[in-house]
Amino acid sequence: MDFPQLRAQFPTLEQTLEGYPLCYLDTAATSQKPKCVIDAMTQYYHKDNANVHRAAHQLSSRATSQYEAVREQLKGFIKASRREEIIFTHGTTESINMVAHGLINQTKSGDIILIDTAAHHANIVPWQELAKRSGAIIKPIPLTEDCQLDEQAYEALLEQKPAIVALCHVSNALGTLNPVNHLVAKAKAAGAITLVDGAQAIAHLEIDVQAIDCDFYVFSGHKMYGPTGIGVLYGRFDILDKLEPMMTGGEMIKTVSFDATEFNILPNRLEAGTPPIAEVIGLGAAIEFIQNLPKAETAQREQELLTYLQTQLANLGDIKLYGAHENNIGAVAFNLADEHHQDVGILLDQQGIAVRCGHHCAMPLMQSLAIKGCCRASIGVYTSKEDIDRFIEALTSVKEMLLE
Amino acid sequence: MSSAVQPATETFLALKFDSGEILPRFDNANNWQERYRQIMLLGKTLPKLEDEFRVEQAQVRGCESNAWLYHSEIDGKHYYLADSDARIVKGLVALLLTACHGKSADEIAAFDIEAYFDRLGLTGQLSPSRTNGLFALAKAIKTSV
Repeated sequence: MDFPQLRAQFPTLEQTLEGYPLCYLDTAATSQKPKCVIDAMTQYYHKDNANVHRAAHQLSSRATSQYEAVREQLKGFIKASRREEIIFTHGTTESINMVAHGLINQTKSGDIILIDTAAHHANIVPWQELAKRSGAIIKPIPLTEDCQLDEQAYEALLEQKPAIVALCHVSNALGTLNPVNHLVAKAKAAGAITLVDGAQAIAHLEIDVQAIDCDFYVFSGHKMYGPTGIGVLYGRFDILDKLEPMMTGGEMIKTVSFDATEFNILPNRLEAGTPPIAEVIGLGAAIEFIQNLPKAETAQREQELLTYLQTQLANLGDIKLYGAHENNIGAVAFNLADEHHQDVGILLDQQGIAVRCGHHCAMPLMQSLAIKGCCRASIGVYTSKEDIDRFIEALTSVKEMLLE
Repeated sequence: MSSAVQPATETFLALKFDSGEILPRFDNANNWQERYRQIMLLGKTLPKLEDEFRVEQAQVRGCESNAWLYHSEIDGKHYYLADSDARIVKGLVALLLTACHGKSADEIAAFDIEAYFDRLGLTGQLSPSRTNGLFALAKAIKTSV
């Protein structure tokens, strides 16, 4: 694969900040977008702009077929068994909210909901809201010392027969990979409904929802080279079909009278209002972009870069790394000695380096690590070895400034 | 800044900044490294708030780090005490206080914070979209008078 040609597809990367070339190591927060994604959205607004599913005219017909084609694409992309199992949402957060809200009539007082301690807030708060409304009880699944899900503790919790188990595929803050296939199998054996948050996995791993065998799998377009404002809720048909809609109106209805309303069938039943059409089309282009990448080569390249990043960080000295580093995907979390992560972030930014510094929307995880926050460097298909070298060089100068 | 606890008047009065001495350091800094070094050095001169004053009610929202701000009006002048657990934010706060501490309400109202930071070569640090919270701190100082 011609790497410079791949990188050249990302226009945002060709800029300087403070006189330094941009070094973007914040892909886990949002990925940059290739030209094909930007072009697909522009094309829709230039030529095909119309609402979907309703008008009799040609523009609407073009928009609808492009929109529905992406659903079909997604079915293949994550190996769902039918197109109705793909629901378009605004992102991972909305997807999880839809599930947590939709399970209200199936959740009763005293039900246990297990949540991954490494989860980000989007996979915690919706469940807390469900618990408030239903009387269910939230229990966090502890982590081991090296920040992996503690399987022994998990099995002990499963003996309490939880109703719902919410896991992350790859930790948002730390990049740690969960062995979701067998974690889900165990949860199912205990009789739980399972949701896997794939926000950080989708751009790096090939996803097969049937192999994972989860009831729900959720992700966002913007972390997989697609636009913001679009996400996916995959649900196994029979259980998705039982979800109470969170939003009503628009295409989700079949008939309405002032006496009663009958809802539409899946997938429309869970897609109220006008969907983000251009974003769906952009997501379709992103899927095509990912599918055109040489998979094995790209995965190996990313893994080598990540290992290089970890090694270089460790060699720098005075660095605290968080997480299990033989089992990481896409991201590395660290702090420089006892320095505040924000100081590190500001001084890196002065050198054109973009990393995330903060609690990464995973405050319970930060509490369990007994830190206020940390810095996270994350990579994507366009990340080069030079990016890592520049980052390490910049961090060396930050270290000199802060620790001198 | 509506905290139940409040540092003693003497603590406010004890804090002094010599802008005539501090500001030229920034004019003489010819690169960002030197400017940030000066910011951090200045931060070190700002006394640490005792734990009893590092309370939630005194916290300024919008900071990724923790930052606390106290205000006191003494004989028609406005005095401040502030602290942060991040070094650069603490230095930036000290820069704000260099301009506002011990001034009259009119002087503070007339003070152009944006122009001040621009002049110091720190354009961009004072923006509502930055998580350093400096914008929120500046606003808190402006609204305290």
